[in-house]
Parts: sequence; C-alpha cells; structure tokens
Amino acid sequence: MLEVKNLGIHFGGNHAVQDVTASIEAGKITAIIGPNGAGKSTFFNLISGFYQPTSGSIQFLGQDITRLPTHDVVARGIARTFQTTTIYRELSVLDNAMIGHRVRTRAGLWDALLRTGRERHDEEESRAGGMAALERVGLAAQAGLPAGALTQEGQKRVGIAMALSSDPKLLLLDEPAAGMNPEETVNLMALIRELVVGGLSVVLVEHKMSLVMGLADEILVMHHGQKIAEGTPAQVSRDPAVIEAYLGSHAHGGQMGQATNGDAPAPGAVQLTKESKHA
Amino acid sequence: MTTFLQQLFNAVALGGVYALVALGLTLVYGVMRVPNFAHGGLYMLGAYLTYASLTGLGIGYVPALILAAIGVALLAALMERVIFYPLRDAPHVSPMIAAIGVLFFLEAAVQLIWGPDFKQIPAPINGIVEIGGVIVTWQRLIIIAASVVVVVALNYFLKRTLTGATIEAMSQNREGARLVGINTNRVGALTFAISGLLAAAAAALIAPTLLVSPSMGEVMNLKVFAIIILGGMGSVPGAIVGAFLLSFAETFGGAYISLDFADVIGFAMLVLVLAIRPQGLFKRGT
Amino acid sequence: MKGWMWWVAVFALAALVPLFGPSGYVLDIGVNIMIYAILAYGLNVLLGYTGQLPLAHAGFFGIGAYATGILTLKLGWSFWLAWPVAVAISALAGLLLGLVAFRTKGDTFAIFTLGVGVIIMLVINKWDALTGGNDGLNGIMPPAGLEALSKSVGLKLSGGFYYLALISLALTVIAVARARGSVFGRSLIAIRGGDDLARSAGIDVYSHKLRAMMLSTAIAGFAGGLYATYLGFLGSAATGPIQTFTILLYLLVGGLGTLAGPLLGPALMYTLAQNLKGLQDYQYIVFGPLLVLLIMFAPQGIAGLWMRLTARRTPPPAAPPTQKEASRAGS
Repeated sequence: MLEVKNLGIHFGGNHAVQDVTASIEAGKITAIIGPNGAGKSTFFNLISGFYQPTSGSIQFLGQDITRLPTHDVVARGIARTFQTTTIYRELSVLDNAMIGHRVRTRAGLWDALLRTGRERHDEEESRAGGMAALERVGLAAQAGLPAGALTQEGQKRVGIAMALSSDPKLLLLDEPAAGMNPEETVNLMALIRELVVGGLSVVLVEHKMSLVMGLADEILVMHHGQKIAEGTPAQVSRDPAVIEAYLGSHAHGGQMGQATNGDAPAPGAVQLTKESKHA
Repeated sequence: MTTFLQQLFNAVALGGVYALVALGLTLVYGVMRVPNFAHGGLYMLGAYLTYASLTGLGIGYVPALILAAIGVALLAALMERVIFYPLRDAPHVSPMIAAIGVLFFLEAAVQLIWGPDFKQIPAPINGIVEIGGVIVTWQRLIIIAASVVVVVALNYFLKRTLTGATIEAMSQNREGARLVGINTNRVGALTFAISGLLAAAAAALIAPTLLVSPSMGEVMNLKVFAIIILGGMGSVPGAIVGAFLLSFAETFGGAYISLDFADVIGFAMLVLVLAIRPQGLFKRGT
Repeated sequence: MKGWMWWVAVFALAALVPLFGPSGYVLDIGVNIMIYAILAYGLNVLLGYTGQLPLAHAGFFGIGAYATGILTLKLGWSFWLAWPVAVAISALAGLLLGLVAFRTKGDTFAIFTLGVGVIIMLVINKWDALTGGNDGLNGIMPPAGLEALSKSVGLKLSGGFYYLALISLALTVIAVARARGSVFGRSLIAIRGGDDLARSAGIDVYSHKLRAMMLSTAIAGFAGGLYATYLGFLGSAATGPIQTFTILLYLLVGGLGTLAGPLLGPALMYTLAQNLKGLQDYQYIVFGPLLVLLIMFAPQGIAGLWMRLTARRTPPPAAPPTQKEASRAGS
C-alpha cells in the first residue's frame, strides 16, 4: 500500500536517509528498527510529509504523495503519533480526539460566525468521530477528563486516538512503548493487534525488541540512513548484515543488551534488545 | 567619489555599532531562545549611564563607557535571573511579553530620572582627520576601532575560552549541551550580561554622534531585530554580516533615496527577504 | 447560572446606564472602554486562541480608522457604508500581512509584525495627501441619523454613541464566541499547542492562521471605524506599537484566551489610567512591571483567577482520582 523508492534526504552534508526502497503491505504490522541515529524517525517524518525528501518518491495507494504537505498526507489516510506523549494536556480527552477529526470536516470561519448547517453538521460529526476513536482505544469513559490527568499509558492512548479519529488507513507509531512498564507494553501490543484486526495497517519505530519481535509481521532494518535488511522477525534476526550492524554499534556505544521479558530468540540469533533509553 | 568614500566611512562606523548591539541579541536568542525586546532598552540605558557618569561623576569618557557597560551588564544578568530564567518553560509568547514590560519600565524610569528631553554627550576627541581627501570625525574612527576590538575579543572569548565555548555550544544545541554536562543554568545569566555589556558599549560609542533620548532604544530595537532575522536568529557571523548590510543599505539608501524612510529601510529589506527566504539569509532550511 | 446568561445580564445592566442620566464623562469612559475591549477581543483571537503574538494590531486599528475617516471625509461616503468597507480593508490588509508573516514562526513572527506595525504608523504619519500626516484627519462626522435617533428616544448624541458601541461590542463578543466554539476554533486551539502537533493531527496550519489573522484584523478595523466617528479626529500616534502594547497589557490583565478577559481588562485598566492622569507620562513605571508579573504568575489574568476560585468551590463532577487514591485502590 505504501511504496517508497530511492528515498533520501540530507541536512547540509549529512545524509540522514539515503536511497531507501521499501514497500509496506496492507493489513500488516511493519516494524522499523536500527541502532540510534539510523534514520528511523527521519524516515517517518518523510512519509508523513514533515520533511521534504531531497530525492526519491513515495506512493500511497497508487498515488504520488512525495511532496504533499502534512495535512494532505493525513487526508489521504496516513496518520502518525510522536515519540513522546505529545498531546494537548490542558484540553479534554474528547477534544484531543476531535482535533484529529478536523481533516474530515470542512466548516470554516464563515460557517462558525454564521452557525451554518455545515458547522452544526461538522461539529456533530467531529464529536461522533472523536468518541468512536476513543472507544477504539478504550478511553470512552474518560472523555471528559483533562488529557493531562491521565497516566502515561492513557496519554499514549489519547495520542493514538487523535491519529485514529482522522480515519487513517495507515497508522505510523513512533516509539509507542517508550516510557511504559512491561504490563503497559503488553496492553499496548493488544491494542495494536486489535486495530490491525479491524483493518488498519501499522508501521512502528520501536526500540523494545520484545514488542517488535512479538508483534511485527515484517521488519525493516535501517543503519546509517540506509535499509540493510527486511523480512520476518525470524529472517531478520539471523541476517548477518543486521548482526554486524548491531554488534558494530555495540562497540561504539552499546545497543545490545540482555533480552527482557523472556523472549527466547531462535538459537544463533542476535538478541536484538535495546537497553533502556534512559539508562 | 569623495562623497562616496565619506558615506562608506559612515556606513562602516554605523555597521560596527549595529554589530555590537545585534551580537548580544543574537547570543541571547541562541542560548535562551528569548527574543529580548528589552534589548533596545538596555542600549538606551547604556547611553544614559554614560551621560550620567560623565556629567555626574565627572570621570573621563573611557571610564564612563566601562562603568556604563558594567552597570548594564549587571542589570541584564539580574533580569535573566528574576524574569527569563523562571519563564524558560512557559509558552514562547510569555518571555516576549515580559521583555516588552521591561522595555516599558526602562523607558519610563529613564524618563523619570533624566527627563524626556534630548541630552548631548560631548565627543572625547573633537575635530576631524583627513585621510586621502576624505574628512572623518575622530569619533567615527574611535567607533570603528573600538567595535573591531570588541568583536575580536568576543570572538576570542567564544572560540578560545571554556565559558565562551559553552555559550557557543548552547546556542547551537541546547539539549546537547545539557547532555554533556554543561551548566546551562549559569550560562543564561552570563550571556545576558554579555549582551548588556555589548549594547551599553555600543551606545556609549555612538552617543557623541547623536542625541540621547528615552525612545532611542525603540528604533535600535527594530533595526537589530531586522539584522538578526536577516542573519539567522542565533547566528554570530550572521549578525555581523546583517549589521553591515543594514548600515550600508541605510547610509546609501538614505543618501540616494529618501531620508524619511531611512529608519525603516531595514524592515523593508526584511519584508522582501522573508517573503523569499523565511528562514533568513544565512540559515539553512530544515 | 450558565455562561451566556451572565453575558445577557452584563449587557442588560450596561444598557441601563444611559437611562440614569449619567454625566458625559461617564459615558465617554464607557465608550472608550468598549472600543478598547473590541480591540482586545481581536488580539485575543490571535494571541489567546491561536498562540501567535501579532505586534501590528494597532496598525490595523489605524487602517480601519483612517479608511473610515478618508472614505467619509474625502469621498463623502456615508459612515454606514464606509464602516463595513473599512472592516473589509482591514481584513484584506491582515490577509496580505499574514501571507508573508506566517511563512515565519513564533518569535520571528512577533518581531516581523512589530516592524510592520511601525511601518504602518510611519506611512500614516508621512502620507500627507491621504492621511493628513502629522496634522491628522479632522472633522469626521458622527454617523448619519445617530443624533436624530438619539433625540427621538430622549438621549443626547453621547448616549447614542454609547449604544452604538454597546451593540458593536455585543456583535464582537458573539462573533468571537462563535469562532471559538466551532470546529474552526478548536483547530486554532490545536495550533496554539504547537505547529508540528497540529500539522500531524491533519490541520492546515497556514490557512487556519491566515483566517484567524483576518478575523483579528477585521475586528481591529471594526474598532477603528467606531473610534474614528466617535472622536471625529485621527492622529497617527494611536496606530503605533505603544497602542499595541497597551492593548496587550489590557488583555493580559483581563485574561488571555478567555471570553471575559478582553472586556474585564480594559474596564479595569482604562478606568484606572483615567484616575491616575497625573501619572500619565510615568504610568509604565507601574504598568511595565505589572505586565511582567502578570505573565509570570497569572497569565490568565482576572478571568483566570476567577475560574480558579470557582473551580475550587465546586469541584468538577468526575474528578480524576489522585495518584494516592488510585494506588490505594490498587493495593
């Protein structure tokens, strides 16, 4: 559903992402992994229209979206969340979700001033769309609370609800499990699975290997801004290039660690586990 | 030709003053991310402190300049501690609005103490020099020499001393600086002090060539903001280049186009530049 | 008592004032407060709701005022035609500024608009042929029929102006309240929380900012037209940055981003300033630090303090469990 060809961007002389060609399949969970600074987040920012690529193209559902502004990309059906809990903490949970629905409504300033039929219709639809998204993430009961009053995990869910209420076909999650404890991570994994069963496609960037290995159908490995491997979790964890990348970066700064949560990797496979980011 | 050279000299002297004022502003922006609208107020206060030291204390021009610079530097550091440091996590409009409040206060306070009318500061060395047929006042030569000295000293400080390198590191990457263990807390006050020092020195230098008034800071404010936006907010070389661009545009634009609008030529330039390059002339787009 | 009932009560009370035969001085203060309040509502759209600091606000007040003055004086238009046209001109000028200014963000935007504000004032001050330059514009007439209408209900012209201002203020409050409570308004609040977050939520940030700017400058021009016909005289000083800062101070005192703030601030501060006339030249010795203190400790001004007080007395029905309660329930 998403085809990326020779995608690249450089800031000054620094090639953050270089010549990446990949395709994301519909109805699956694709994880993007790689050592710190591999260009994963930049890759996300390119797809979602935050950055303009300096080379290559992006096609979504057969249409070119390479240079579209972010809001047009969202309108085409690609929504994203951020690494940290970036939401509107002082607004209510429902308001957060309703903001995400804006892209599906058309009422403007005149509609607001004149209280037109379109305004009333769009407002109702926003509310319904926002509530529907909250139900999907299990926050319907907290709709009236200020978003900042929720737990860390709750706030993550608000962020996902905001993305979902734009009615996306493809959801980009940037480190969804960052800052979560193991129990919360398991809940999150269940939520992501449910969403995919409901017909959504998901791409996520994640450091927690337990989550990646337990969740992803496909894995795309990046290193130094380039794609070095792709395949199923089992294939990727045996790939020599991947092992080399992780071992290599271990020597310079430590990306490897002991597997947490008892994910027993296949014999001979690299234990692709990221130490806690805050360590 | 002589007129041209004459103008050239004026432009260089003016550019030097602009550079001093703009450098402080751009450093503060780089380190604190505060567009300090009170900066023009510090500049104006520098001129008044020089005036007060000369007339009240009866000391010479150079000690007066130094005294004014130190006084304003201390005040700027205090400002950072009391106002801008506590506001570091507030929405970005908050420090701007606070700075506007400080500017008002400084203007009103100066007006209360020294009155609203113009003051004159006598030049330390009167008279003119003739260099190859071009007539230049001593004060302009002093301005040029002094601003070169100050800019070189500042550059040495930023590149060659640990504290200076810290300031530069922070203005380039605040988070990074914090990660490598730089005390970002103290650097803020120091940067403000330097900005006040530079602004006051610039005011003391140019004051003998113009009239000193409580509102002199407002016009300077606009100009230096135009300069640092042109040069890229936070960029040190950008501020210097921007300062000379503006002084040349003003001097030659004022001479050949219209004096009425000489003061806003900078902003006219800015409107044009920003319409084409929103990130300023010397900043990479991201 | 519901929010809108407060407003009806306040406006009903305000409407009663001229019936008690107050002095011209009282009515004059009332009209001035309402003009400042309308201006503050305009500023609030951009600063309070959208999170952008536009420092050319008084410039658009000036554009609206001078457009009204020039159209009525030099072209002989009726005020009732000139006023809406002046509002449209202000909105259009706001659009033009926004097209360039919103290519920059945050801090640069504020500085850029400050420069534009100075340029607007200078142009008004120097363009003698059109604006009267330093001498200003003299002899702008009261709206046609206002005096006759006032007399017919037993009021003086000043009473008529008072009601004109009151109706204008009511229209402004309704417009701003509607804009804030709409799908459009919610998107502005989203932009206030940060451009990047709003973008990723699918909001067309640029176009929303432009429309917020047009609403804000249209309201400023609306206040300007009223000011022109009320005062009958225009000078360039009222269109410069100092005026912008004054409105900013009033708005902050009242409460940024609130619906009551833009009215409360001018009501309190203008009255205060009138009574401190002796201090006029030095009022910023007090107001400067006040601005700093407000932004540091009470950015939502009087309205914010009021909301905090009432919130303490009546806790929201579904208060979230505190951290302690939640952990106690879990153990």
